[in-house]
Order: sequence, then C-alpha cells, then structure tokens
Amino acid sequence: MLKPEQKLNSKLFDLSVDQAPIRDGYGRGLVAAGEADSRVVALCADLTESTRTEAFAEKFPDRFIQVGVAEQNLAAVASGLSAGGKIPFITSYAMFSPGRNWEQIRTTICYNNQPVNIAGSHAGISVGPDGGTHQAIEDIAITRVIPRLQVIAPCDVNEAKKATLAAAKSGSPTYLRLARNPTPVVTTEGSPFIIGQANVLWADEKPAVAIIACGSLVYQALLAAKKLSAEGLPVSVTNLHTIKPLDEKTLTRVCGEASAVVTVEEHQKAGGLGSAVAEFLAGTVPKPMEFVAVNDEFGQSGEPNQLLEHYHLDSAGIIEAVKKAKGRT
Amino acid sequence: MAHLHDEKIKFLEEKANEIRQAIITMLAATGSGHTAGPLGMADIFTILYFHLLHHDPERPDWPERDRLVLSNGHICPVLYVTMAKAGYFPESELKTLRQFGSRLQGHPHREWLPMLETSSGPLGSGLSQAVGMSLAFRLDKVTNRFVYCLMSDGELNEGNSWEAIMLAGKEKLHQLIAIVDRNNIQIDGLTEEVMPLEPLADKWRAFNWQVIEVDGHNFEDINDAVGQAKAVFGRPTVIIAHTVPGKGVSFMENDYKWHGSPPGKVDDDDGPAKNKQAKEALRELRSLGGRIKSEHD
Repeated sequence: MLKPEQKLNSKLFDLSVDQAPIRDGYGRGLVAAGEADSRVVALCADLTESTRTEAFAEKFPDRFIQVGVAEQNLAAVASGLSAGGKIPFITSYAMFSPGRNWEQIRTTICYNNQPVNIAGSHAGISVGPDGGTHQAIEDIAITRVIPRLQVIAPCDVNEAKKATLAAAKSGSPTYLRLARNPTPVVTTEGSPFIIGQANVLWADEKPAVAIIACGSLVYQALLAAKKLSAEGLPVSVTNLHTIKPLDEKTLTRVCGEASAVVTVEEHQKAGGLGSAVAEFLAGTVPKPMEFVAVNDEFGQSGEPNQLLEHYHLDSAGIIEAVKKAKGRT
Repeated sequence: MAHLHDEKIKFLEEKANEIRQAIITMLAATGSGHTAGPLGMADIFTILYFHLLHHDPERPDWPERDRLVLSNGHICPVLYVTMAKAGYFPESELKTLRQFGSRLQGHPHREWLPMLETSSGPLGSGLSQAVGMSLAFRLDKVTNRFVYCLMSDGELNEGNSWEAIMLAGKEKLHQLIAIVDRNNIQIDGLTEEVMPLEPLADKWRAFNWQVIEVDGHNFEDINDAVGQAKAVFGRPTVIIAHTVPGKGVSFMENDYKWHGSPPGKVDDDDGPAKNKQAKEALRELRSLGGRIKSEHD
C-alpha cells in the first residue's frame, strides 16, 4: 500500500491523474533558485525554450548566458564561472550534455571540483518521435562513473523542482536527468525530498520483491505494485531518485527484507540504476535481480507509450519482471 | 603600461634564465615531462609573474588578483618553476614533479596545488574557463582585473577552442587576454603539416578579437602588447607570441622531438649520450648566450 507519510498525489491511481513534463519542474526550480541566491547563473546551448530555461532568462537576463550550439564550451565556461564564485546551471538535451561534453564535465567540472549543475533534458526513450539520436539512454552510466558527480533522476515535475533547488545548495557537481513529455504527477509539494535519501512509496506487509525505480517509471512501478498486491504478490516500491550517492541504508533495508529485487529505469541495462543497485547488493545483501531497462539497443521513433510498451518498460513489463524474479527465489 | 627600464629587462632576463635552468634540472631529475614548450614559454611566464600580474603569492586566494589559466597543462614545468620562484611554494618541492604523493602532478591539479586557478591537461577547454572567469568579473562589476589564458598553437586544432573564441567575441570580454604560444610544433610534427592554422591572426580577427603579434622572447614587445590589450574596450585580445621551442638550449631549439621528452639525468656522466644532455643544456643556459659569465668558466 501507499505510504501516507510520502504525501503522494491523491489522484495517483485515477485515470484523470494530472500530468506535466519533468523539465517544467526544472524551469520553476531554476527561477526559485535564482530568486534565493544571486550567485545562480544559467547557461544554455540554443535550447532555451525546450529545456525550460526561458523563464530564468527572462527574469534574470544579466545572469543568463547563451553560448550557442556548443556544448563543450557550455560545460567549460560554467567551470570558469564557478571558479569565479557563481553557481552555474547548464542546460541542453542529455544526449549533448552530458553526452557530447563528457570530458569537459569530467575534467573542468568534476576533477576541478567546481559545483556546476548539469541539467539534461529529453532523457530516456519517452522522448518519442525525435527518435534514437535524441533519446539519451546512456547518460546515467556516463555520469555516475565520474567521481564526485551527484546523479539525480526526479520522478515528476514536483520532485524536479525540489531537486533543482537542492542541487543549487548542494555545493557538489550535480547531474539532473529530465524528461520531455508530460508524465503523471506522483508527488506533491509536501512530499519529502533530500538528495541521497531514497523514498519508499509503496510497501506491502512482508514484501516478496523490492522494486527500485527512478524517473517517470516510478509511476509505472506504482501501477505494477497495485496490481501485484491485488493479486496477492506483496511488493515494495522505492523511488531511488538519487542514483549517486546511493542511499545504502534504505537499499539494505528494502532489499534485505525482500527475497528478490527488480530495478526499473528508462536507460540501458548496462551502467544505469540497476547496475548501481547490483554493485551494492553484490557486496551486502545479494538477491536474485531482474532489470527493467533497455537491453543493449538504440531507441526509435514512436509515441512515448508505444515505446515504453515495445521495450517492456511499462507496468506490464515490470509485472513480468517481478514474477520472474520471484520465480527465481 | 609603463615602459620597461633596462634594469628591469636585465632582471627579467636573468630570472628567465634561472627558470630555464630549474626546468632542465627538474625534468632531468624526474625523467619524464615536456621540455620544448616550457623553455619556449619561460620568458612569457617570467614577465607575467615578475612584472605584469596583479597577484600576491602570500595570498593566492586574494579576491583582487588577476587570474591566470594555463590551458595547455603539459607545459606545467614552467608554471611550477615560475610559481616557486615567485614564492608560491618552496623551490625544494620542484624535484618531486610527477612523483607519487607530490603536489606537482604530471598535469596541474588545483586540488593538489590550491594556488592554481584550474586543473588542465586535456587541450582546448582552458580558454572556455577563462571566458567563464571573465564573465564572473563582469557580473561582479570587477573592471580593473584581467584574465590571462596561456594556450598552445596545437590546441587550436580543438573545436572547443573555437567555441570559446566565438563566445568571447560575442560577449566583448575586454578583460580577457589570450596568449598563444606560436612555436609551430605539436606532438606529431610541425603545426602547418599536422593541421595548418594559418592565416592564424586573420582567424582570430574574424571572430572579433584584437590581435597582436609579438616576439615571445622580447620583454618590451610582450609588455607593450599587454598594455595595448588592457587599453582596448569591447573586444578580447589575443597575443600571438612567436616563440622558439626549446629556447635557450641550441640542440633543443626548433626540434619537435623535444616536445614530450625530458633531458637525460644530470649526474650520470658515464651513461649513454642522452645523459649528458641536461648537463650541456645547463652549461649553455648558465652563460645566457655568452652574456652572463658561466659559474663553471
């Protein structure tokens, strides 16, 4: 059942559940961060509207820097601004930042320990019609492998706003993984969010399988939990919004009490959230695991829901994985 | 910029010569590192740290300081030696270059050596960082400080360099002064054979920069160029400094093989020919082309 202390959207399981793009939360969080701290500056690589940097640029024109379609420069200029005492947010599509400018992020931001915030919009397969070139499904892998870089994949618009504000205050380089299309609003203004603290959203009594999810698929995981629970298969659902640093305490507890684990992400199986969880569990509380993820292939054009179904990332795919994991115990 | 008096020039020449000697000694002791670039840039580092920079080695985090970004981090032997000579850290540390636990990492790291403005090594992103620092000056309304970015000609092969050049021109960052070490060599050979850069001055000009070409071993030229850079508003300035790689050591000058090689050890006279290189280099440098009496004469 849903955990009341998480103060989730009361309409969560209604067909009419409100939907909003996760990137909108970033845009609102950026303005709020700018209002709270005059050191916050935003840089964009010619995608101001679609990354939702526009509102900040209009409100704080002096603190907005348009670098053009030049993502390597985007990252390294931000490093210099950080050296000059600013708190920069850089935005583009995840495919290009952190995709194209990975080395600049590694060396000029992380190796240099400059707390630059990297917002990658249009992450995941649910980008849809733009096709495989624009669907970043490798970004968690390439960011979490860099020392110091925090990696956050908010589950909805509200969490994205909180994550943006928290990143501005964190003093660490941070990657914010954002999505393009409207997805169900899972949390509310009052839901808890602390970087590095996973939230258990659903917990049946004596859960047999622990589901660990991030991003917009947290909603799909909750849909799956509701069905599984009704069928008599008790589960828990954890929103692991922060993939790095990993909340080892919560993972030890929720995975320890279950007999199998299923991870869920709009990302390649290799190197993503599932890998991070598996690396941790292998040395602590090893469990049979199934990975709901893209398995070593590129995306393609299609409507978001079609794609989620095709790659078995929707609630049906999660249910299948949970049963498979349970069958291995 | 005030005119350089003869005494100042003599002081700078002697200081640059001391720096070259320390570079040879350090590289020979370490047995790895780059030689040609550091020797070629010794005069520019000398005039920056001993005349041009507004800085205080006692207070490396002084907010009022000019910023100096070394983009081509591989020439860090000249940076380390010059900073030590300027008083940032003890000269005795120089011999630890590239050793386990040393603050003097093979390529500069600002966490190991906090008086650095940035870490560098991978080419092409230093100018971007200098652009960011200039933008921060502008946001903070700091108008009387400058950001110097020292870069190589070879790293102008990098697309990232031109992205930064384009943005600096757009933003009219007149507090930004790039100094390009135009020594015509890169690892694989001559720049004009590996990837031609000419007409280099025209390229920068086309991106709305003020371009000044100087002899990178002439202190008056360099001093005047920086003065001119500071006097111009609405445009960043690039000083294309024509330098001789390996400057000061005849058998190293203009030979790209010395780009990434150190001279052999100083104290091993009986070894192969390579091991006499450092000793010969030091002998030449001590006389400063015959103008200074060698201590061994």
